[in-house]
Amino acid sequence: MPALQAIAKERNLTPDDLIAAAKTYTPSGRHDDYIQFASGGHGGQVLVIGLPSMRLLKMIAVFTPEPWQGYGYGVGNDILAEGKVDGRDITWGDTHHPALSETGGDYDGQFLFINDKANARIAVIDLRDFETKQIVKNPLSLSDHGGSFVTPNTEWIIEGGQYGHPLGWKYAPIEEYNEKYRGMVTFWKFDRAKGRIDQSKSFAMELPPYWQDLFDAGKKVSEGWVFGNSINTELATGGIESGKAPFEAGVSQRDNDYMHVINLKKAAQIAAAGKTKQIEGFPVIELTTSIAEQLLYFIPEPKSPHGVDVTPGGEFIVISGKLDPHVSIYSFAKIQATIAAKKFTPDQYGVPVLDFDSCVEARVEVGLGPLHTQFDDLGYAYTSLFLEPAVARWTLGGDYGSKNPEPDWTLVGKINTHYNIGHLAVAEGDTVSPDGKYLVAMNKWAIDRFAPVGPLLPQNFQLIDIDRPGDTMQLLYDMPIGVGEPHYAQIIKADKLKPWSVYPEIGWDPHTQSVDPKAPVSGTERIERNGNKVDVYMTAVRSHFNPEHVNAKEGDTVTFHITNIERAEDATHGFALPAYNVNLSLEPGEYAHFEVKDVKAGTYPFYCSEFCSALHLEMMGYLLVEPR
Amino acid sequence: MNLDLTKIVGPRVPAEELQRRGLRYALPTLVLTLARLALLCSIFLPYWQLDLKAPQYPRGLNVTTYVNHVTGDVREVDSLNHYIGMRPLADAAQLERSIAIVALITLVLLVEGVAFIHSKWAVLFALPAILYPGIFLADLYYWLRSFGNNLDPTAAMSNSVKPFTPPLLGHGKIGQFESHATMGTGLHLAIACSVLVVVGLVLHRRAYRPLYEAARQAAKAKGAAGAKAESREVSA
Repeated sequence: MPALQAIAKERNLTPDDLIAAAKTYTPSGRHDDYIQFASGGHGGQVLVIGLPSMRLLKMIAVFTPEPWQGYGYGVGNDILAEGKVDGRDITWGDTHHPALSETGGDYDGQFLFINDKANARIAVIDLRDFETKQIVKNPLSLSDHGGSFVTPNTEWIIEGGQYGHPLGWKYAPIEEYNEKYRGMVTFWKFDRAKGRIDQSKSFAMELPPYWQDLFDAGKKVSEGWVFGNSINTELATGGIESGKAPFEAGVSQRDNDYMHVINLKKAAQIAAAGKTKQIEGFPVIELTTSIAEQLLYFIPEPKSPHGVDVTPGGEFIVISGKLDPHVSIYSFAKIQATIAAKKFTPDQYGVPVLDFDSCVEARVEVGLGPLHTQFDDLGYAYTSLFLEPAVARWTLGGDYGSKNPEPDWTLVGKINTHYNIGHLAVAEGDTVSPDGKYLVAMNKWAIDRFAPVGPLLPQNFQLIDIDRPGDTMQLLYDMPIGVGEPHYAQIIKADKLKPWSVYPEIGWDPHTQSVDPKAPVSGTERIERNGNKVDVYMTAVRSHFNPEHVNAKEGDTVTFHITNIERAEDATHGFALPAYNVNLSLEPGEYAHFEVKDVKAGTYPFYCSEFCSALHLEMMGYLLVEPR
Repeated sequence: MNLDLTKIVGPRVPAEELQRRGLRYALPTLVLTLARLALLCSIFLPYWQLDLKAPQYPRGLNVTTYVNHVTGDVREVDSLNHYIGMRPLADAAQLERSIAIVALITLVLLVEGVAFIHSKWAVLFALPAILYPGIFLADLYYWLRSFGNNLDPTAAMSNSVKPFTPPLLGHGKIGQFESHATMGTGLHLAIACSVLVVVGLVLHRRAYRPLYEAARQAAKAKGAAGAKAESREVSA
């Protein structure tokens, strides 16, 4: 095609570039095949991205107020309040690891969970409307790098703590680190019918203060078990200012840290039997109980690891020590045999440490700074290499060996990424049935990849084609992320998601996911006055609010109850009330209410903040507050 | 006038005649039964559909009219219509919709009557069903015209949209909306009923006219033989 050649010449594009463009270009109106849910890092949100186009579809407000969605500006305030720490509002989050709900170990597209590492909180997002429904604050911990991960049927949401501190973050001198400081892992019970975490059925396990890092649930053959890792078995306490080894060195002294192997099935029984201690009103299985009941084992792992990833069939656990060029592959069957043979010795806290050689299936040298691993449908594993930076493709053994031409446990190929890759995500790559096809490298640095935008640079998501076997990976697309530092992401087949296009009925309260009988509908608009309380029952429809005049007296408490009575897709109305920090997003059918206390005398024009129609500017009204 | 019911219902068919040439008499009954069935079914099926297309409605909008109710994107169409000052669709043809079911069942019963009436009166019973589709469309046109030409002058877009009559059938355009009006299955069935009733009447006439004429001749002869005729038949 001469026209195409001319464009390629003019824009200096290689044939590979043209192929990459053809593989990713998604014409107007065509939908993406996959949807990626990525943490929004310290933006405290979740990013929803379409693949292969790499178009940002939505940013779900989670831990951070977000005015477009009205989250924290009239709606969602109660949910944000659930995330208070010591009574204080926390208006940001450091979202790390999103976890899609699973059925039988496969994404079911119903819910999404995400943790806030900064404050040890977990949020529940309902994927019918892509909105946050719940935030739970962990009463034991202040940081939770090891969440969120789900068990194969989403019975439990796993939240591992990170930095050691006394449980409940009470004061203890750092000199008492070994005795008073602890780690923990919490198992939150998920009530799927209610779409909420049931805190009353949840429990935690006390762990040594080893800085637990990441966790993953066993699946298939290893279902019922949970695997984690840790980075500070040195029990380093830092203190650079007084001449002691800084954390970065102290934490990296030993050649090995400990992989954690937890018998969750049995732990749940122990917790249900009440063999727990109440700490901060939360049931905790004490370390001594875990040891006595054989709930917890350690296995040496290459030092300072940053990934613990279970293969699709649950047979192997892959760990990469970020300061060791290998990935270590542990066999679940061998771990069980080692436990049965009692080939272990206790660590300083009395936890049995299994013999390394008896548990390891293989070690593969993949490169420098290996971090995280995911899997595809061709029997390959992919490990991010932070230092190179690159993605390594290597072969699994066991039943996976026959799926590709290369020998088992062998490095097959690498592709450079730009730059400093952290996590990677393969389409459905951490489920029991990975899809392969696409891999997204989540790079921490972009350096020269995009037009300069000042010293704070975007992150770089790189889409990589992994559809063909062998050393054939191709970089397809760079997507700048300019809203935070995403950590982990999961990629789900788009057709598994069945979100609503409008709320099912008029008067819908998204928080309860049901119609609120108090919601005003067409014909029931009114203003009720009761002493100094004014209740406004208002409807919004193109292009007017009803009522348009709201009269109140100075000092009144005015409660607005507003229903968007539209049924048309995308006919969203906003409700912006100046001077009171209010902005709602009212999607078709949605009912929302908020209260404004002690109104000041004045004339306040409120308006629809969403460009709803040709007469959008005219969609306004007045809150008229008369002086007393 | 002394109404003789036998003169309206006409002569009965002798049993031997019925046995000899059954089909001749069964045929009009069959056709009329089909007509009644078609009309009955039409109650549950759409009569008229208006499809609207505009760039911001990639899936389009539609309003589907049944004899007694309207479905489809009524809310959205009303919402759009309020800009030009058109009344809500629910205001249209309230009387017609409220009596529609009873009226249609009456039509069905009248057509049923045709099968039993072997005289010229049969035409009178059949006439409402024959005219019905035309009446439906005329009434619909009346309402379209009434709605399109009685716009609220205080509406937001009253200056930019002049009074208009939406299309009864076929294409129209208003603002960015292309409209396309089509007959629904229900109206097709009503028209089929109308045609079937006409066909039924022809077959009916073919079957019963000889009997009717024979009866008339017999009555004449009887009248001539006896006193003067008391009354005269209405002739076609």
